[in-house]
Amino acid sequence: MSQPPVEYIRRITDNYAKLGYKAYQWVNNPEVPPWTPLKKPLSQCKLGLVASGGIYATGQIAFHFKDDTSFRAIPTTVKTTDLRTAHFAYDQTDARKDPNVVFPIDTLRRLVKEGVVGSLAENFYTFMGGIYSSRRVADDLAPRLTERFVADEVDVALLVPV
Amino acid sequence: MDILKAGNPPRAAFLDYPLGHTTGKPSQPELQREIMLQALESFTSLTVPGQIKVLPFRWDDEDWKPTAMTEGDARTPRHDTPQYQTEEDRIRAEANAAACEVCEVRTSAIG
Repeated sequence: MSQPPVEYIRRITDNYAKLGYKAYQWVNNPEVPPWTPLKKPLSQCKLGLVASGGIYATGQIAFHFKDDTSFRAIPTTVKTTDLRTAHFAYDQTDARKDPNVVFPIDTLRRLVKEGVVGSLAENFYTFMGGIYSSRRVADDLAPRLTERFVADEVDVALLVPV
Repeated sequence: MDILKAGNPPRAAFLDYPLGHTTGKPSQPELQREIMLQALESFTSLTVPGQIKVLPFRWDDEDWKPTAMTEGDARTPRHDTPQYQTEEDRIRAEANAAACEVCEVRTSAIG
């Protein structure tokens, strides 16, 4: 019998309490989220992506771990072997072996070749998701990323968290 | 799943894999492709805002779950300087930063 998904909120809240930290204020969005139906088949869509696993390309500045709200633009023609990770809150061993587990670039390039997805945006965006200030993400980082998606004229956006 | 539900995005596909494996297992492109196909299908099959599709893939065993639930905070310290994966990365990044007065979007930190 399958075990249920891990309760990260409870575990992390308990850990913080044990460490003597103030209770972490988890983001909770109770309102119905905005929702738009797909206007054309995926095979005709341009797909954008943002990943929070701290992925960067060699030559770019790596992320730091203290509420880094910067993001990187990684060309979707990037060599997979040029990808790196910098993050403090997950085991990066497998992501460093194969970045596709947190940044599915080869997977998506293949699906474009197969005609499943129309095309990829010129750049995919990445950031380091270990940002303790949810206000800075909501008010600062998310709007800047949204601007990019709008400017890139993507039809769909895939969010890949860690 | 609990964090996903609290965030409440318009549509979501949930993969019950260990942290750091959001889109699959390393060096398994066929599996990664299957996972992605099922996830992308959500763009058309999910019709109610906030709906979550649970993807039908299982990590080999579920031994990782009890550990994930009970282990202490295994995070590394929160350094406030760029944490390069390799020393070569740091050298390249610093050379790029030095070489341009107005850094290109692709090499520099944006924001």
